[in-house]
Amino acid sequence: MRTIFYLIRKEFLQIFRDKFIGRAIFAIPIVQMLVLVPAVTFEIKSLNLCIVDRDLTTESRKLVNQVVGSTFFRVIFTTFSEEEANDLLSRDKCDLILQIPSGFGKDIGKGNPVKVFVSANAINASNAQLSWAYLNGVIGDYNMDIIAENTGNQGLVTVPQIQVTNRYWYNEMLNYKYYMLPGILGILVLAIGFLLAGLNLVKEKESGTIEQINVTPVKKYHFIIAKMVPFLVIGLVDLALGLTLGKLVFGVPFEGNIALLFLCSAIFLVAVLGFALFLSTFSGTQQQFMFTAFFFMIIFILMSGIFTPLESMPVWAQTIDLVNPVVYVMRINRMVLLKGSTFHDISREIVALTVIAIAFTALAINRYRKTA
Amino acid sequence: MIPNTVISVHNLVKRFGNFIANDHLNFEVYEGEIFGFLGTNGAGKTTAIRILSGLSEPTSGEVLVAGFNARKQPEKIKKSIGYMCQKFSLYEDLTVRENIMLYGGIYGMRKKEIRARTNSLLAKLHFEEYGDRLISSLPLGLRQKLAFSVAVLHEPRIVFLDEPTGGVDPITRRQFWEMIYETAAGGITVFVTTHYMDEAEYCDRISIMSEGRIVALDTPAGLKKQYHADSVEEVFIKIARPGKN
Repeated sequence: MRTIFYLIRKEFLQIFRDKFIGRAIFAIPIVQMLVLVPAVTFEIKSLNLCIVDRDLTTESRKLVNQVVGSTFFRVIFTTFSEEEANDLLSRDKCDLILQIPSGFGKDIGKGNPVKVFVSANAINASNAQLSWAYLNGVIGDYNMDIIAENTGNQGLVTVPQIQVTNRYWYNEMLNYKYYMLPGILGILVLAIGFLLAGLNLVKEKESGTIEQINVTPVKKYHFIIAKMVPFLVIGLVDLALGLTLGKLVFGVPFEGNIALLFLCSAIFLVAVLGFALFLSTFSGTQQQFMFTAFFFMIIFILMSGIFTPLESMPVWAQTIDLVNPVVYVMRINRMVLLKGSTFHDISREIVALTVIAIAFTALAINRYRKTA
Repeated sequence: MIPNTVISVHNLVKRFGNFIANDHLNFEVYEGEIFGFLGTNGAGKTTAIRILSGLSEPTSGEVLVAGFNARKQPEKIKKSIGYMCQKFSLYEDLTVRENIMLYGGIYGMRKKEIRARTNSLLAKLHFEEYGDRLISSLPLGLRQKLAFSVAVLHEPRIVFLDEPTGGVDPITRRQFWEMIYETAAGGITVFVTTHYMDEAEYCDRISIMSEGRIVALDTPAGLKKQYHADSVEEVFIKIARPGKN
């Protein structure tokens, strides 16, 4: 058992002897946090709007004013030609077109139903949906104003209607930084260990030093565990760095138990490192490893639910995601940090992560051959 | 006195696909001797040495090293042997002391014991000032001597040396062989492959391999007599290029 300490000591010495890696291990996560957290957002602040007002009445102008008055839209062009507006949209000069047909004002005056037409640039589908929803909301407000005006003029009681007041639990202001930060934390913990641990083992193959290890009575699991421990420690230190930055720079709430978060991240790291070392047993060169590792990391991250909700993925993708460790850590980080979830709340995720961690590590140990 | 057998090989065959690297090898190595393994490049020396040290599995045949079966108990063999391979294998980004500490630790030695052994080893090699230098900063000759010292650090029964003196200057080679003699005198069996025919003369017994087969095995003197040659080099050339006689 003492053997393993000598091996771990050797790994630490080697990692920090490389001055560049020794620094990058801590610098990269800091940069990642500072850049990614504010950059990755779904929030829409100013949408470029083109207005085609064929009515030019007081009513149509009121609608336009109401739209302009909201903070979401910037009218960049007004025209009478639908073609011109469509051309702007197709050249990506505007995000939305609002068309008001002629007779709009007259029909409102008569109390007839009226229509406006909205086109959205759906190159970015989620953007289009959101901007359409914003515009719809503004038009809805205008609609309510007209109803109030008309009924008020006739001196009747206001039309009873259902008022919906909403509250966004766990992220009241819908601050995307709060939403993204726990996810970015997961990725930052994933990336460094995944690449470095795998490359480390393949490098030993390339330089031939692994041969000298293989000819000693070292136990396979000693060797693999010794490769994991340093990156486990480094990953957790990076997590601590990331959390500190999250608190100090972005003011992200820490609702839950931080020790629980570290425990989960440790299990997650074992899973990730186990997988990286498993992959590295297939690679003869660092290039081969980088290539396959990159491929798997992209899949792990994009399918993790950090950007798109897991529930909206097709069933087959959700099935694959059962063995994607990033899925669980993403959920755990968000639940523990934003919601203050306890061990009991996330016990299913913890069990899943633990099973994956054991399985990947066992695969790595099994695939590593001391005798060819 | 009947010598103690530490390695016994019967009909060892190693195949890589259609290629037969070791074709029915048979030999024995006795305790405390220096056994030389000669052969042209690609004759199958390295393949054989890798099987004997538990790094590669034999295709068929019976291989016993230090009393353990190479197919079934490679990890037990690894406890009783030292190994130094053709390609330099200490960690270049670790210092001399760190390397020794690592391998001492792997073989289950105590920290104190390793420290003491390291100091005496460095003193013996006149290496004291190199103790805290990185391996990558040492000249090849020093590295090879060090690698050999590390391979016998845990006092194994047998040490395998695969072309240990490749690319090393004549003076260092000579010193290296003095180390080998000293090791063998201490009771450790030395199994060495080489290309240098003068080195072959230093061995107690040598076997010559060609195209995966052992074509000659005897003491250097015995071989010279058998082939009517003045040196092992002549023997080797006669065997390796039989048509030229």
